[in-house]
Amino acid sequence: MNKVTLKICMGTTCFVMGASDLQELTDIIPEKYGDKVEVVASTCLDFCSSNTESQAPYVMVDYDVISKATVEKVIDAIDRKLKNGQK
Amino acid sequence: MDKNNQATHLKKEILIKTIKAFLSDDFGENTRLIPFEMRPKGSEVPYRCCIYKEREILRNRIIATLGFPIEGCDERILLSNYAKWAQERQKPDEHTLTVLESACKGCVPNRIFVTDLCQGCVARPCIENCKFGAISIVNGKSQIDSSKCKNCTKCIQVCPYHAIVKIVVPCENACPVDAISKDEQGHARIDFDKCITCGKCVSACPFGAIHEKSQIIDILTKIKEQKKVVALIAPSIAGQLPCNIYQLKTALLKCGFYDVLEVAQGADITATNEAKEFAQRMNEGQKFMTTSCCAGYNNLVDKHLNEIAPFRSETKTPMYYIAQICKEKYPDAVSVFISPCVAKKSEALNNPNVDYVMNYEELGALFVAHRIELSELEETQFDVDSSREGRNFGITGGVAKSVVAADKGNAEINAHLVNGINKESIRALKGFAKKGECEFGNLIEVMCCEGGCVGGNDCLNTVRTATKAITDFTKDSKPLE
Repeated sequence: MNKVTLKICMGTTCFVMGASDLQELTDIIPEKYGDKVEVVASTCLDFCSSNTESQAPYVMVDYDVISKATVEKVIDAIDRKLKNGQK
Repeated sequence: MDKNNQATHLKKEILIKTIKAFLSDDFGENTRLIPFEMRPKGSEVPYRCCIYKEREILRNRIIATLGFPIEGCDERILLSNYAKWAQERQKPDEHTLTVLESACKGCVPNRIFVTDLCQGCVARPCIENCKFGAISIVNGKSQIDSSKCKNCTKCIQVCPYHAIVKIVVPCENACPVDAISKDEQGHARIDFDKCITCGKCVSACPFGAIHEKSQIIDILTKIKEQKKVVALIAPSIAGQLPCNIYQLKTALLKCGFYDVLEVAQGADITATNEAKEFAQRMNEGQKFMTTSCCAGYNNLVDKHLNEIAPFRSETKTPMYYIAQICKEKYPDAVSVFISPCVAKKSEALNNPNVDYVMNYEELGALFVAHRIELSELEETQFDVDSSREGRNFGITGGVAKSVVAADKGNAEINAHLVNGINKESIRALKGFAKKGECEFGNLIEVMCCEGGCVGGNDCLNTVRTATKAITDFTKDSKPLE
């Protein structure tokens, strides 16, 4: 079984626009999903330069980009991935 | 209200766009276009009744970001003119907060209300338990006579159906000193004679209707004029951005600052002086002393709690000492205090050594506008290394710990922490002043915000992660001498 990989952008723009809250995910995810999901704190994923800061913070769940990410949005996306049996 | 919400997101977006406009080749015109860029023709209308109102509110937010009060601003004047005037301004505006009437919802007044969930039951505990005879049955359901209701909430507690609710006005509810209330039209107004500029209303308003008047354009103008602009970074900054304070120094130098000093260096002086003062006061027979480094608390004492003034330390704040050091080192410097909260803006207005204040949201926006990737920067060292204790000043309990460390076991210090100013803690402080003693300790550390400065209204990070980041960072710092 492949893992879901979660990349949280810790670039300046995402951090300032609210990624600080997303750091909570590094605690929540292992607790909730065990080793099914891997969390990677990433340096700038560079979505802000193409899409402007208004949609930051960005998170990547595998290859899907979540804009204006919140803890709830991210968990929802992971749940959908796992449920759809894609993994 | 949680920091991570769409109102703060919107305010930060505007800050970034305004700074980008300043850095562009046509500040005036690009500022004028921001509302149109954010809500272009045909775009969806996320919050208000129509796109025109959306743009008008954005325009008002930009006026506050340019540092002007929105009360009394003129709708006929173009944003480009405000942008021009912001650059010409020599001193920041007197009051630090401003209310956007256009954004204010005009919430229904604070009251207790019986909802449709009321079943008109036989037991009627609401009527039985109301001490003021304010509840009666009308059309088979409970109704509250607002002229008799004292908002005691007893009926809410006893209703078996949870049918009674307390309706709150978030800004009024958050204000610990009743300085914000509705005017005749039902919109929020700040009474600046009462306001302690704690910033709690700014964080509480779900419509983002209360703004700080930013000094960012004044600061950027001084940098552009090639003045020696020196940043004084408050200790709580260490947990606020994805970098350490040495990378932060590099980033500030890149933005055109001349030098960067740690306010923790001033905090070390505050701790040392406060320890001496504490020992002296205890020798003279005083039963307790409160700290004096929090600007919100100092405003509270000066405006509402004069009785505790004799117990408040006379020692100056870390901002005071570092600003003095800064002006001695660079007599022609323009000093900028980088702050977690709006309260420090009010302190700076009364300190001739501090020229401007930039809060953490504004600082973050500045780096975004400059496209600075903080985590990739080299480190720049400070000329003076501050102590672990000084660097922990911004966490609740940190000031008390510093005073204990500076005291070196000389006086018997027993610290009591007031972690957040609210109606309850104000009552407690009044009690200590009246009795002349505090049963919980002899050194009372007062922090206006819960968690300490890391809970300030302009912080970017959550209290929990910011506290952890600072604790991790300061582990290796030298102890206070």
